[in-house]
Amino acid sequence: MSSKQKKKLSRIVVSAIFLVAAVLAQRYCSYKLLSSVFYLTAYFITGYDVIIKAVWGVRHRHFLDENFLMSIASVGAVCLGEFFEGVAVMLFYHVGELFQAVAVSKSRKSIAALMDIRPEIAHVKRNGTVFTVSPREVAVNEEIEVNPGEKIPLDGIVINGESTVDASALTGESVPNEVKSGDTVLSGCVNLGGVIIVKVTKPFEQSTVAKILELTQSTRAAKSKKERLITSFARWYTPTVVICAVLLALVPQLFIAEARVEWIRRALIFLVISCPCAMVVSVPLTFFCGMGCASSKGIMVKGSAYLEALAKCDTVVFDKTGTLTKGEFTITEINAVKFDRRVLTAVAAAAESHSSHPIAKALVAASGDDYKRFKVTNVKEFPGKGVLSTVEKWDVAVGNAAFMQTLGIDVADDDQSTVVHIVIDGNYSGSITVSDQIKQEAYGIARKLKNLDVENTVMLSGDKEQKARTVAQELDIDKVYAQLLPNDKVEVLQTLINGSEGTVAFVGDGINDAPVLALSHVGIAMGVMGSDAAVEAADMVITDDNPKKLCTALKIAKKACDIAKQNIAMAVSVKILFLLLGSFGATGMAGAVFADVGILVVAVLNAMRAMKLNDA
Amino acid sequence: MKKVFKMEDLDCAHCAAKMEEKIKKIDGVINADINFLAEKLVLEAEDEVFDAVLCEVIKVCKSVEPDCNVIVC
Repeated sequence: MSSKQKKKLSRIVVSAIFLVAAVLAQRYCSYKLLSSVFYLTAYFITGYDVIIKAVWGVRHRHFLDENFLMSIASVGAVCLGEFFEGVAVMLFYHVGELFQAVAVSKSRKSIAALMDIRPEIAHVKRNGTVFTVSPREVAVNEEIEVNPGEKIPLDGIVINGESTVDASALTGESVPNEVKSGDTVLSGCVNLGGVIIVKVTKPFEQSTVAKILELTQSTRAAKSKKERLITSFARWYTPTVVICAVLLALVPQLFIAEARVEWIRRALIFLVISCPCAMVVSVPLTFFCGMGCASSKGIMVKGSAYLEALAKCDTVVFDKTGTLTKGEFTITEINAVKFDRRVLTAVAAAAESHSSHPIAKALVAASGDDYKRFKVTNVKEFPGKGVLSTVEKWDVAVGNAAFMQTLGIDVADDDQSTVVHIVIDGNYSGSITVSDQIKQEAYGIARKLKNLDVENTVMLSGDKEQKARTVAQELDIDKVYAQLLPNDKVEVLQTLINGSEGTVAFVGDGINDAPVLALSHVGIAMGVMGSDAAVEAADMVITDDNPKKLCTALKIAKKACDIAKQNIAMAVSVKILFLLLGSFGATGMAGAVFADVGILVVAVLNAMRAMKLNDA
Repeated sequence: MKKVFKMEDLDCAHCAAKMEEKIKKIDGVINADINFLAEKLVLEAEDEVFDAVLCEVIKVCKSVEPDCNVIVC
């Protein structure tokens, strides 16, 4: 509790003490004035700032300000001689406000703590001495020392030492990974076992930690439908209740012969229930806690609207390469015609060296440093087809069978594998076969999704029909669309959106996936392998590229939506119930405000349930 | 132009909703969104009048919740 909140708490306690004293004095003391003094003291201790704010509100013409309404209700009660009711209204109102403030700041703090992965220091070794500096001051290729218990401040490769590393801040996985010399470590992880020396590979601004922090800051103005519903409801709720209060005070006394005072009393009860606080705070809080829970599991959600949309998802579309497969092609076969295999690989790698396509990366990796010896110019990339370039003095074309056809060269197409053909100076010079592996975590996803109301699973791929089908069959995915050019993917997604009742989620990571990510109701990108464009366009980012996290996200989303619905139903029905009870005289002001605060407390506690997930 | 501001000492969810509604009505404001829990205001307004709009926004906020401060991120 902050000091401001502690002061409020003490005022509440003191006021409550005076209230109890007043009740006792009323019962046991014949001196009537004593209890009145206690009541008024209790009232002013807890009510003075509400009245001041009410006056401020009236000056700015906010007549439906809850401070004003509460003031009228409590002053009205006191005027009618109901001292206890008047104090009770102010007291419980404050209890409600305080509880709300404490719950909100507690939620904000615990969610901020979840995202507090920023490393403060780095121990850098320079000329034999270790300096402790800010991670921003360490350059690439410098060596840093990370002690047990410390956060690894920068991305790099271990060059000395052996240890275990806790990546839970990044991925939500609490199982530690073993690392030794030669292994890559990421910033934000905690070093557990022994001291490790790490050679830095990326500056702080490009480190994993920096990227994730940027994601947490990028909250979009995307409120869920339920939040917007509550906001519109709240807008007309208060004026309606106040008008009813006025009518209740003036109208029934013309027809029913009960005392005017009684009807005014009942009208004041209406004023007490006129604040829609329970709904207005609990619904956003539910989604906020849900988003916080997702962050702790390594899923960054950019707005509550996306969490809500995910809960209603009935179709999930996966991109194949990089999402369901590792996205790291390895060369499995080289057929060289006339050229030496190594030279062929180097030429192909050189031609593709400017491309970020996974196949290009595989060629470059296989070629080692060889390809760097070649001078490459006039590079022209044809997405989905291949690359034309001039390598040294040769005109080189590297691409798939379709690309070869456009160049007028007939090649036998292979249904099963991904084959890259190389043509040098118009002569067919060979082919290189690459293959990708399915991610271990991708198995079983389709079944889990079906249990989470996702009726349709779809896979999109730029790869060949047969290849794509094989992967889809292995993973139990319902539909496959293969051999898609980047533009085709958008069209396919639009068709799927038009044909589905629920929302459509797309999971992908390539540069070309940005339009599809934007088009889908929920675009989900892979955080590590994903291109910057994909991460930027996506509505959710899975920081460790594990597609299974999608199921976790769905569970969190559904839980948050359920809780939000519960809160709305509870708050609305309790308020209406007490409005009815109040108008029939079945409850007093104290009862009404107690119920009002009670439902606020219940709704807020319920909302905070969204922070935890019982993971099965 | 779109800018993000931090809302300090924003305690009441209802106040945040009221502020957002009033800000949207200010001349020159294209869109405004207050995320009460994240304590952020995203303000989108026409470039030429942005500073004037911001002054108006601060006035509106103070009239609803006098304790709350709008801070440039």
